[in-house]
Amino acid sequence: MTTIVTDNCKSCRFTDCVTVCPVACFHFDDEMLYIDPDVCIDCSACIPECPVQAIFEDDDIVAEGKEEWIAINAERAPDLPVCDEQMDPLPGAEERKTELGF
Amino acid sequence: MAQLGSEQNPLRVAIVGSGPSGFYAAEALIKSDIDIKVDMLERLPSPYGLVRSGVAPDHPKLKQAILLYDKIAQSPEFNLIANITVGKDISVDELRDSHHAIIFTCGAESDRRLGIPGEDLAGSYTATEFVAWYNGHPDYRDRQFDLSNEVAVIIGQGNVAADVARILSKTVDELKHTDIAEHALDVLAESKIKDIYVIGRRGPAQAKFTPKELREFGELEHCDAVVDSTELELNKASHIELEEKSNIGSKKIYDLFQKYSSRAISGPASSRKARRCHFQFLRSPVELLGDSKLERVRIEHNQLSGDPFKQSARGSGKFYELETGILFRSIGYRGIPMQGVPFHDGWGVFPNDDGRITENDEIVPQFYTAGWIKRGPSGIIGTNRACSVATVNSLLADLDTLDSGDQKAGAETLYSLLDSRNVRYINYQEWKSIDATEVERGQAKGKPREKITYVKEMLELLN
Ligand SMILES: Cc1cc2nc3c(=O)[nH]c(=O)nc-3n(C[C@H](O)[C@H](O)[C@H](O)COP(=O)(O)OP(=O)(O)OC[C@H]3O[C@@H](n4cnc5c(N)ncnc54)[C@H](O)[C@@H]3O)c2cc1C
Ligand code: SF4
Ligand code: SF4
Repeated sequence: MTTIVTDNCKSCRFTDCVTVCPVACFHFDDEMLYIDPDVCIDCSACIPECPVQAIFEDDDIVAEGKEEWIAINAERAPDLPVCDEQMDPLPGAEERKTELGF
Repeated sequence: MAQLGSEQNPLRVAIVGSGPSGFYAAEALIKSDIDIKVDMLERLPSPYGLVRSGVAPDHPKLKQAILLYDKIAQSPEFNLIANITVGKDISVDELRDSHHAIIFTCGAESDRRLGIPGEDLAGSYTATEFVAWYNGHPDYRDRQFDLSNEVAVIIGQGNVAADVARILSKTVDELKHTDIAEHALDVLAESKIKDIYVIGRRGPAQAKFTPKELREFGELEHCDAVVDSTELELNKASHIELEEKSNIGSKKIYDLFQKYSSRAISGPASSRKARRCHFQFLRSPVELLGDSKLERVRIEHNQLSGDPFKQSARGSGKFYELETGILFRSIGYRGIPMQGVPFHDGWGVFPNDDGRITENDEIVPQFYTAGWIKRGPSGIIGTNRACSVATVNSLLADLDTLDSGDQKAGAETLYSLLDSRNVRYINYQEWKSIDATEVERGQAKGKPREKITYVKEMLELLN
């Protein structure tokens, strides 16, 4: 069981999700966020916070056809810096949100 | 006089309550760039609030939030004073003298009532007391629950109701390797419950479960989730609600109900599980009946009316009775007033403006609040983090007004008061030694820990 950030987060990086993470397990690069599965406690707090529905539980991720993101989160997160405070969204984030239909 | 927030004159903050909101407030204070001393006061010998005494024993991963709280507690700025009830062992006025600011994070420890006849009959319980009992909370250690009837009823369709239903649905074999209290396991082992009715006031589109909690009911070893398909017919407003893209959580829940309703439970008896958990909608209990103890619940069917997302349930005038011996009310928590602190009786919270406690809309100096007692009992562990950070931001913005001009002695003042009152307080290191004993006792039984459920026994361990 794990919780995963997927490609909807790309080039938008609203960080509403990190403010409610009880264990600070989000990490970030220039593009998006990733969840460290070894630290995440699968509380689901972040899922409804994301304005572009980028975060999934692994039960749902198969139905979404985004299984590859399980490994991507696990590989990238541990080496990246932690994001535990809200950051400014990336430039163009609002446009991307509209483009994604939210 | 050195500036407030400097090394010579650190900002001294007392935090009342050691649940998630207390720890996240401590974390935010410690992270700030001024010098801080945090004293956290907790009425029990054990910290962590509802993460220890609320979160279900069969959800061990969630309890790992404690790893972070433990890290916060190891900071040099942090100090725990446990086994102290604020308002009894120490007054809030005394805290005002000893500290520059007080953050109340004491949670919502009482229940909302149904307000119907028979509510206090034997056999009618609150979810709070049952949850606290199976989680080994000392205040509830000696409660008795009679599980000898085959039918149990749970009123409410949120995650606490789901926890209660799941604990009743599981066999002792499924629970014995969790940190559930031994006394509860012994009683659950004798449970005769076969049918559990989880009853909601509104419809399947408005149930407040999280998809994850509801999904577990489809995977139980010895219990079938049962939903009658006729109950899943939606009115127009509910259809609109489920089509709304941002309401994806409710859609997932509805889909799960549909999945449960389509599972054949009418097949050969051999393929059916020993217990059944029935999810039922649009019903409200109107009276609990029985001579000396609960025997029947009188239930009214409801109808929804109103615009999408604003629908309310109203009685339809159609009633029936359900035979049962045990009922749990799980319709929400409320805070308890504290001597010397303003209280909003209608909402059951400490009234506040961005975390600053107010009285008749005026800000009360030095008093702040976060967590369930600030917002009301909604939101999960992580929700309290954003909430506590917001409160600490308000507090730090008030730094100038918190400077009373004289040094505050912080914990030292409290220790001398407590010593003069012969109150045995517990520090974090002492708690860790109790913790180690619990883990050790658990190991022998293949459990993560065996909780010590009497305060007296915890104190004896330390002496
Ligand atoms: C049954 C149940 C199950 C839950 N399950 C989940 C879950 O699965 N996942 C999830 O994310 N969230 C869950 N939650 C929600 C989560 O527990 C709460 O959001 C969170 O605990 C609220 O934090 P808090 O700090 O405001 O209050 P609490 O955790 O209640 O902490 C308050 C603390 O204050 C102390 N206190 C009270 N009065 C005084 C006083 N006068 N003096 C000193 N100390 C005092 C109390 O002893 C307690 O330790 C659950 C809640 C319940 C009730
Ligand atoms: S809220 Fe969603 S889009 Fe924003 S950073 Fe988090 S996962 Fe990415
Ligand atoms: S599921 Fe919970 S612990 Fe995991 S990333 Fe989301 S908020 Fe953090």
